[in-house]
Amino acid sequence: AFPKRVKVVEVGPRDGLQNEKNVVPTPVKINLINMLSETGLQVIEATSFVSPKWVPQMADHTEVMQGINKLPGISYPVLTPNLRGFQAAVAAGAKEVSIFGAASELFTKKNINCSIEESLERFDEVMTAARAASIPVRGYVSCVLGCPYEGKISAAKVAEVSKKMYSMGCYEISLGDTIGIGTPGSMKEMLTAVMKEVPVGALAVHCHDTYGQALANILVALQMGVSVVDASVAGLGGCPYARGASGNVATEDLVYMLNGLGIHTGVDLQKLMDTGTFICNALNRRSNSKVSQACCRL
Amino acid sequence: QESQASGLPEYIKIVEVGPRDGLQNEKVIVPTDIKIELINRLSRTGLPAIEVTSFVSSKWVPQMADHKEVMRGIERHPGVQYPVLTPNLQGFHSAIAAGATEVSVFGAASESFSKMNINCSIEESIEKFEEVAKSARNMNIPVRGYVSCALGCPYEGNIIPAKVAEVSKRLYSMGCYEISLGDTIGVGTPGSMKRMLEAVMKEIPLSALAVHCHDTYGQALANILTAIQMGVTVVDSSVAGLGGCPYAKGATGNVATEDVLYMLNGLGINTGVNLYRVMEAGNFICTALNKKTNSKVAQASFSTGTTN
Repeated sequence: AFPKRVKVVEVGPRDGLQNEKNVVPTPVKINLINMLSETGLQVIEATSFVSPKWVPQMADHTEVMQGINKLPGISYPVLTPNLRGFQAAVAAGAKEVSIFGAASELFTKKNINCSIEESLERFDEVMTAARAASIPVRGYVSCVLGCPYEGKISAAKVAEVSKKMYSMGCYEISLGDTIGIGTPGSMKEMLTAVMKEVPVGALAVHCHDTYGQALANILVALQMGVSVVDASVAGLGGCPYARGASGNVATEDLVYMLNGLGIHTGVDLQKLMDTGTFICNALNRRSNSKVSQACCRL
Repeated sequence: QESQASGLPEYIKIVEVGPRDGLQNEKVIVPTDIKIELINRLSRTGLPAIEVTSFVSSKWVPQMADHKEVMRGIERHPGVQYPVLTPNLQGFHSAIAAGATEVSVFGAASESFSKMNINCSIEESIEKFEEVAKSARNMNIPVRGYVSCALGCPYEGNIIPAKVAEVSKRLYSMGCYEISLGDTIGVGTPGSMKRMLEAVMKEIPLSALAVHCHDTYGQALANILTAIQMGVTVVDSSVAGLGGCPYAKGATGNVATEDVLYMLNGLGINTGVNLYRVMEAGNFICTALNKKTNSKVAQASFSTGTTN
């Protein structure tokens, strides 16, 4: 049986734009988030308080955070890789933050130049500060179904890292198939292991569609009781590990499937498609959403 | 076995429809020798069935005008079936004369679609197919039946599962060994797939069912997964996702064989098909058509030069 309701976490403005080649002007980012706020989405990841040296696309994080309309009932989490980023985020008005771990040592080394253990120590500082400020923290685990450097990732490792982040105080753990190589088989195996350590109500899946498997993987996760799914409007965000390949699953395609299953999301698909059209025009690119392609006769 | 432990089938038969359904819905007319080369390459991948062409009037389907030449020109690998479409008795005789050893007939679960597509009612089309089935039976030629619009119709919208079951039953009763249920415009989701299959499974044995999913709304793999979870063991797909959707300009159509194989491989389900060789065949035809592949697996693999 499927969950009756699914919370869709929109990551387009952060994960999506971060992996788009063209740098998007601040007013466009703000308008994108404002339009998303009108669709019924309850969670919209707004930006990342990371050094602009590393992620130029997110250099305007303070302006974006301060410029968006923050509608009541909607959460606007931001990424905070360390204490400094956390403090900047709170100063800019953030009320929820996210931290990014990984189930792969090599990926962690290449991505943030330290071991998994060291990254969790950095996050501990953020957790302490967040607790003191009553700021909820969402934890991400990358490479849960495979790593671009290590290849296969054991389900036990994913469970171990998830458990640590949950124990540290993350209210939700988003399990990311970072390079989209997972299939329903590996998704099931991984979730079975993680669900032994973290309650299913605290789990989310973050599937990439690089190999076209995302919706099938999400379907399996839903069948196992997961009720939080990350997605990106218009499927924004390519894959940095496979040039020309797609990345995030498109929110429109996800909502289409959930609607067909009779699962409540609260999201207005038409408004979502309109938002996708807006950002694709601004980026001068085609939408990666098949629903959008089918509906908007080219 | 990984797949058995999860309650999934051990083996799935892939029916490759790229050379027929795929090319029929491509704008560019493909030269005969390219079609033959594509089919020959597909024959070397391990695919057990490759739908080769359609013995329909070239007036209606110019892309398939060279049906005789293609049928006569391809290599016939042992263990591989090469079905062809035959809309009526005339097409059937022409197919047999050209060397066909298996044929397909195309019904629909929607009256409007039947009228618009082949200019007759469902009942009238069934009568035509019965003629084909009778001749086929006399000659020991297997017949596969397709039911279009199984999850929705471009004209009627919603299609009730009972209607799909009814048409499927008629085709099965007349002697079709397999019924391929087609989500012609790709509007189905796992919910409607499940309801439709539940109705059809009351009338047709599971082992005689196939699903033919279009990826127009990105739902194909999720729908196929649902079908195989319910015990369906035959899946239609098209190399490189050839074949757009004639009802939604610019939208995609058939699900890509490579993407289906990737999923089935990941599930530990045996297909006998070599994914890499299918990708190479896909690369060949896309180059010939001067178009990008619709297969995400191919897009991801050719950019990094690696496969998983």
